[in-house]
Amino acid sequence: MAAPAAETTWTRKHLLDLESLSADEIGVILDTAEAFKDVSTRSVKKVPALRGRVVVNLFFEESTRTRTSFTLAAQRLSADVIDFSAKGSSVAKGETLGDTARNIEAMGVDLIVCRHPASGAPHLLSRCVNCCVINAGDGRHEHPTQALLDLFTIRQHKGRIEGLKVAIVGDVANSRVARSNLWGLTKLGAEVTFVGPTTLVPRTFEQFGARVCHDIDAVIGEFDVINMLRIQMERVTSNVFPSVQEYTRLFGLNGQRMRRAKPDVLVMHPGPMNRGIEITTEVADGARSAILQQVTNGLAVRMAVLFLCNQAAGG
Amino acid sequence: MNAPPRAAVVHAVLDTEPTGSVCCSLVSKTMSILLDQKGVAATLERLSGEVRAALPPDAPAAIVGIRSRGEVLAQRMQAALQRRGCKNLAHGSLDITLYRDDLAEIGPAAQVRRTEIEFDVQDCFIVLVDDVLFTGRSARAAIDALVDLGRPRAIRLAVMVDRGGRELPIQADFVGVRTPDPKRHVTVKLVETDGEDCVEVV
Repeated sequence: MAAPAAETTWTRKHLLDLESLSADEIGVILDTAEAFKDVSTRSVKKVPALRGRVVVNLFFEESTRTRTSFTLAAQRLSADVIDFSAKGSSVAKGETLGDTARNIEAMGVDLIVCRHPASGAPHLLSRCVNCCVINAGDGRHEHPTQALLDLFTIRQHKGRIEGLKVAIVGDVANSRVARSNLWGLTKLGAEVTFVGPTTLVPRTFEQFGARVCHDIDAVIGEFDVINMLRIQMERVTSNVFPSVQEYTRLFGLNGQRMRRAKPDVLVMHPGPMNRGIEITTEVADGARSAILQQVTNGLAVRMAVLFLCNQAAGG
Repeated sequence: MNAPPRAAVVHAVLDTEPTGSVCCSLVSKTMSILLDQKGVAATLERLSGEVRAALPPDAPAAIVGIRSRGEVLAQRMQAALQRRGCKNLAHGSLDITLYRDDLAEIGPAAQVRRTEIEFDVQDCFIVLVDDVLFTGRSARAAIDALVDLGRPRAIRLAVMVDRGGRELPIQADFVGVRTPDPKRHVTVKLVETDGEDCVEVV
């Protein structure tokens, strides 16, 4: 028999961040995602739960995998999906975010999946419209579904989250993935260590409950999970960043470092990877890498989020 | 003093009058036990015999329970059929939440659980098992959920209680007991989920 479903019910029609969720609410999403995992392997890869609903991908920032994942998730729930990208739209003509959203909502949209370069944009959106708003990444703030799929993948491999030691390595200061992971992991009882150069991993993060470390070799043997963040090449030219070669030498995850990690350490990466920079091909494609499973699990997690928010909004 | 007979339990009911005043009155409501523990066991045994006779001798077959009480009944039926010499009988559990036609009415209370069908549905003879057949809407959802997994050779429906009151053209192939009045609520209780085996009619 399946694990007993959590007692908590999901009552939020928006998913804006993980910071405001309880551990139980995160548990409901992960448990629900478990039920959606098999849909992708069946004869008919669709369930009728969102039939007649319209999901719009409102993306103000480039994205391939997150948008594709949300599109596929919505389609597997039998929803209709529209893509809206900011380029060449009325946004370029000076329309405000609220007006754009209200116009889209006026066409009869039920769920808006929003990515925006400004932190807090989905929160603002949720106050402008009556439909559900799902945050698909806002500025340096949060990327809740990425953290949820990371949690789901960790739970799948380790059987639990509580008590695990998780390292998040890279440009933490600019990473919404790091922030969402910090909230999700600490709420579920894991211990998070941010690792990277001082310019990218400031001590400020200690006040949010993370441990901060600037020397990966000193601590690599402690971790059950190592999550390598992508080095955003557009930031490399700025003065906060050492040279790429220096970063790779000091923090890159390679076979040599892996030999000093726990034998059952789980390696993750939110993608897209810079092979040879933050992670070598040997490690990325190695036996301890869960990178492609993260992508697969992302689908189940996003199906769960779309389903739960739609149910909370009254089905 | 002897315990009161279980067939005539008196319930305290909080009555709200149309005027809005609330009064507490003791209303005698008859809750009858349709099947006790032995009755449940005997009925399941009889149903298993009927299912056994209907299974094709030359094709893969499976017993599939609808969560949550149908799942328990299916497990017991599976065991009974194995005692009767049925080998290689597959088993599965179906969660029909995503296929319900009243998802909008359920709202946040909808709990999705895993569907566990590990066998190949294609060309399989499937016996669906549920506790109560009433409107037929759960059975419809279950049939839709099953055919999304493949094309079974046939689907049959076995239920512990047929309460009547159908809203869809669906009938069970194997029925434990029938109740005459669709307006009366039927509850099937099972040890695994409720701590005891019985069928109550309120």
